[in-house]
Amino acid sequence: MKPFTYERATTPAAAASAAARVPGAKFIAGGTNLLDLMKIGVEEPAHLIDVNGLDLDTIEPTDEGGLRLGAMVRNTDLAADARIRRDYPLLSRALLAGASGQLRNKATTGGNLLQRTRCPYFYDTNQACNKRLPGSGCAAIGGFSRQHAIVGASKSCIAVHPSDMAVAMRALDATVETVRPDGSTRRIPIADFHTLPGNTPHIENVLAPGELITAVTLPRPVGGTQLYHKVRDRASYAFALVSVAMIVQPDGSGRVALGGVAHKPWRVEAAETEFPKGAKAVATRLLAGAQPTEGNAFKVTLVERTIAASLAEAKEAKA
Amino acid sequence: MKFDTPATTNPIDRLKVVGQPVDRIDGPFKTTGTAHYAYEQHEAVPHHAYGYVVGSSIAKGRIVSIDLTRAQRAPGVLAIVTAKTAGKLDKGKFNTARLLGGPEIEHYHQAVAVVVAETFEQARAAAQLVRVDYARSPGKFDLAAAKDSARKPDRGKSDTAVGDFAAGFAASAVKLDAMYTTPDHSHAMMEPHASIAAWEGDKLTLWTANQMIDWGRGDVAITLGIPKENVRLISPYIGGGFGGKLFVRSDALLAALGARAAKRPVAVALPRPFMINNTTHRPATIQRIRIGASKDGKIQAIGHESWSGDLPGGDPETAVQQTRLLYAGANRMTATRLAVLDLPEGNAMRAPGEASGLMALEIAIDEMAEKLGMDPVEFRILNDTQVDPEKPDRPFSQRRLVECLRTGAKRFGWEHRATRPATRRDGRWLVGMGMAAAFRNNLVMKSGARVRLDRNGRVTVETDMTDIGTGSYTIIAQTAAEMMGLPLDRIDVRLGDSTFPVSSGSGGQWGGNSSTAGVYAACVKLREAIAQKLGLDPNAANFEDGKVAVGQRSVPITQAAAAGDVVAEDSMEYGDLGKRYQQSTFGAHFVEARVDAATGEIRVDRMLAVCAAGRILNPKSARSQVIGAMTMGVGAALMEELVVDRRLGFFVNHDLAGYEVPVHADIPHQDVVFLDETDPMSSPMKAKGVGELGICGVAAAVANAVYNATGVRVRDYPVTLDKFIDTLPPVA
Ligand SMILES: Cc1cc2nc3c(=O)[nH]c(=O)nc-3n(C[C@H](O)[C@H](O)[C@H](O)COP(=O)(O)OP(=O)(O)OC[C@H]3O[C@@H](n4cnc5c(N)ncnc54)[C@H](O)[C@@H]3O)c2cc1C
Ligand code: SF4
Repeated sequence: MKPFTYERATTPAAAASAAARVPGAKFIAGGTNLLDLMKIGVEEPAHLIDVNGLDLDTIEPTDEGGLRLGAMVRNTDLAADARIRRDYPLLSRALLAGASGQLRNKATTGGNLLQRTRCPYFYDTNQACNKRLPGSGCAAIGGFSRQHAIVGASKSCIAVHPSDMAVAMRALDATVETVRPDGSTRRIPIADFHTLPGNTPHIENVLAPGELITAVTLPRPVGGTQLYHKVRDRASYAFALVSVAMIVQPDGSGRVALGGVAHKPWRVEAAETEFPKGAKAVATRLLAGAQPTEGNAFKVTLVERTIAASLAEAKEAKA
Repeated sequence: MKFDTPATTNPIDRLKVVGQPVDRIDGPFKTTGTAHYAYEQHEAVPHHAYGYVVGSSIAKGRIVSIDLTRAQRAPGVLAIVTAKTAGKLDKGKFNTARLLGGPEIEHYHQAVAVVVAETFEQARAAAQLVRVDYARSPGKFDLAAAKDSARKPDRGKSDTAVGDFAAGFAASAVKLDAMYTTPDHSHAMMEPHASIAAWEGDKLTLWTANQMIDWGRGDVAITLGIPKENVRLISPYIGGGFGGKLFVRSDALLAALGARAAKRPVAVALPRPFMINNTTHRPATIQRIRIGASKDGKIQAIGHESWSGDLPGGDPETAVQQTRLLYAGANRMTATRLAVLDLPEGNAMRAPGEASGLMALEIAIDEMAEKLGMDPVEFRILNDTQVDPEKPDRPFSQRRLVECLRTGAKRFGWEHRATRPATRRDGRWLVGMGMAAAFRNNLVMKSGARVRLDRNGRVTVETDMTDIGTGSYTIIAQTAAEMMGLPLDRIDVRLGDSTFPVSSGSGGQWGGNSSTAGVYAACVKLREAIAQKLGLDPNAANFEDGKVAVGQRSVPITQAAAAGDVVAEDSMEYGDLGKRYQQSTFGAHFVEARVDAATGEIRVDRMLAVCAAGRILNPKSARSQVIGAMTMGVGAALMEELVVDRRLGFFVNHDLAGYEVPVHADIPHQDVVFLDETDPMSSPMKAKGVGELGICGVAAAVANAVYNATGVRVRDYPVTLDKFIDTLPPVA
């Protein structure tokens, strides 16, 4: 770990401007991802800005009838919130499917969105990795890629975004709110927030240097049956092989987003028009152009079958 | 004391303390954080520095140059040791690869330097500044590709043959010929390999996590080229080992070298990725099993071949072992082949040989039973043998496999198993049952102890035996209490110090029986000494309730030590009973598992193990051993695999996020039954081992349950959904 300096920010705007002022600065929230990466030399910030003291840990109603989730709300608190459980059960389920109780107690809404990939080559500084060291190559391509992307990947990187929470937020059409170093704020639809790897896999989202996430807002509740189906080799404390976030309305229409298949939560709105035709049609549209590796081709089948299981479960829940 | 005739009645048979489910003596220390592990000996070694290991970033090749300039200038750095500066080093008897590499590199993450600094963080930061320039050479990393180049290993039996396997197999009415694979496994114990080294002149003390103190002491001496007497190993508590700590690893050597260079005690712990690529692992196997039987289910021919790989000079995984002994059959063969692989060193992990061998064999037996239209329990019972099938005049000392199978089937409700696979359903789940036989040889090892009675009537036992979480402290105290006729709280047990008499150590499930037998021997001597002091006939004396009695005369035991401690030391050695009788432990595992009909996710519902393993010295700690082993078996069945990058030559998933082991949610209801058994051929304790028996066969029982649920046979472990999802019926 490289030595670093540390400060506690007092206001969101001050945090953002501090981040822009000090080269190599990073925010630290729960630290559950950042500290691990610093210890093994994957992240080497020169300066840490602690955002835990910012007043961003509340869940408030919005004027539009939705909820504003402060960036510092812990995953545990978010999952347990009565309004979330009642109106956005998908989000609660996705959160509870992730990590462990101890980790969720520390992990924050903002930090979860920005957690980095679990590609094992990214974690091993001996290996080529364009995400960690741009231009060094990608050891996962042709290597162990069971967990990796099947859609939206590139010749530079085939990593997936590991978050469960973000997949639910994508299905719920959440919006990310930020403050920039100059004090201005903006709202970024979650669909535009994470990026595909392309030639720049080290860039994972549209945040500008120093830009701080202050909140995530959820639109008015959409109702329906909300399911989060996470498929994994062991029963708990494992990242998804694939996950399916689904909302099915009484009329059979719905939404679906996938985790574990791409560099970002994967949703193709056009695929949702296929709901009446069933899982195969939905999966085919969702995964159009999929280019799995030899090691993860099973995910294509798995996605379709998990969608089918979710559709069946939604039907049952309605009946 | 020599054990060369079957045990007769002795004080242990009273079973006042031995055989009782007493709590672990070390439990309160562990739950309160007062059991200090090797890396936590800050009180014993107050001002130590920290060493951080630099591992090779290539799997095979040479170091061209090492640039230490930046690391040396980093804050807090006290010393850096590489092979160039370490002085002459030898290789330990038990090591295949050298613990400090360079210029030649034998495997990925082989240590190439240790950086010593004031704090752990400084050492780690500086270690990240060491620049090593390597020249790679091509290596062999793919067992399947190297299989045909595999040869008979130099050590051990590579081939066995009885009768005429080829003819017997050809003539059999029902035949199976199948290939199975098991992947590389990591011990993945909680406590990392860790050591603190302190020099006093030319004498070295190492607080280290090690299962075999005397082996370790010897290998440290050999490696450093110093007399064994100058080395002291201390290892009072060990946070799991599973075989990973049988041998000295780089943490111990580099702590010693770092301390010598820094002229300060140094602590070194291996980070998790190093535990996987720097230390040892259970090697992967490819296994071929052929079984031929008559129509009525009698095995006529059984053949088992196994291929594994290791670094040059290494050893094979002896996966065919149990097949020589488990089932009857006149025509038999086994073959073991070893390929050269340039992966990290393969070595023993919990039940080496049998664990991997039974993963394959017990699927094969399930397949045969199905081909024969027989119940798998009945098929096994039909082919039981009470003698060594290779030497029919050599009986088993005890063999109650049939009783294990029958008891298990009854208690588990085996009769509810669907005989046709893929026919039981519970909502979205396909449900199945599977079972397997468990078999693990019983090994005995010479083991010594020193016992001392003091004037307060306390008895202290000293032996270099280790407690790796198994309960050694407790069963040793129970043994001494029983022998001396004292309550358990009057016994103090001190373990894991090379200044104590050499013990069996912990490995190969021999530790429980062997170390307590050593304590038994020492206690017999102590009883004699005490009786003599009290003027009583040692042969007639009865030690009970704190008193020594002969006839009407009864004297408090404390009186013997009134004028000073009474001390006795002895060890237990073994004659040829192990040769004359085949000594093994037996069991049966039953598993119910469910498979998500849509996703193929597998979850185990309930498990039962029935064990016949001689006298159970402490049913509570024995049960803990078995349920832990069953848990590990679930891991082997469903998730554990060190994934080899066959291009770069290393285990890619080298942390506990990538190398998945079962979590609580994976482990359902577990039941363990011990048959009431004593084995007078094993030792005066009449006990055998259970810690490894518990894992033997578990993975196959799970795999057989999955087959029973899905109707899809997976012969390549771990049984993960990607291997059969394509064959599941459409989602309803
Ligand atoms: C063993 C393990 C298992 C896990 N399993 C799962 C799982 O199954 N599913 C899952 O979804 N996740 C899992 N996680 C990941 C976990 O959810 C994340 O580590 C956590 O959500 C990160 O939140 P944090 O607050 O600790 O972030 P930090 O580690 O503090 O920060 C992460 C990143 O976000 C940046 N950041 C933090 N807050 C802000 C902000 N407000 N504005 C801008 N940037 C910010 C930081 O600079 C850093 O780059 C697991 C983690 C571990 C260690
Ligand atoms: S997949 Fe992406 S993260 Fe993984 S090694 Fe390749 S570039 Fe790095």
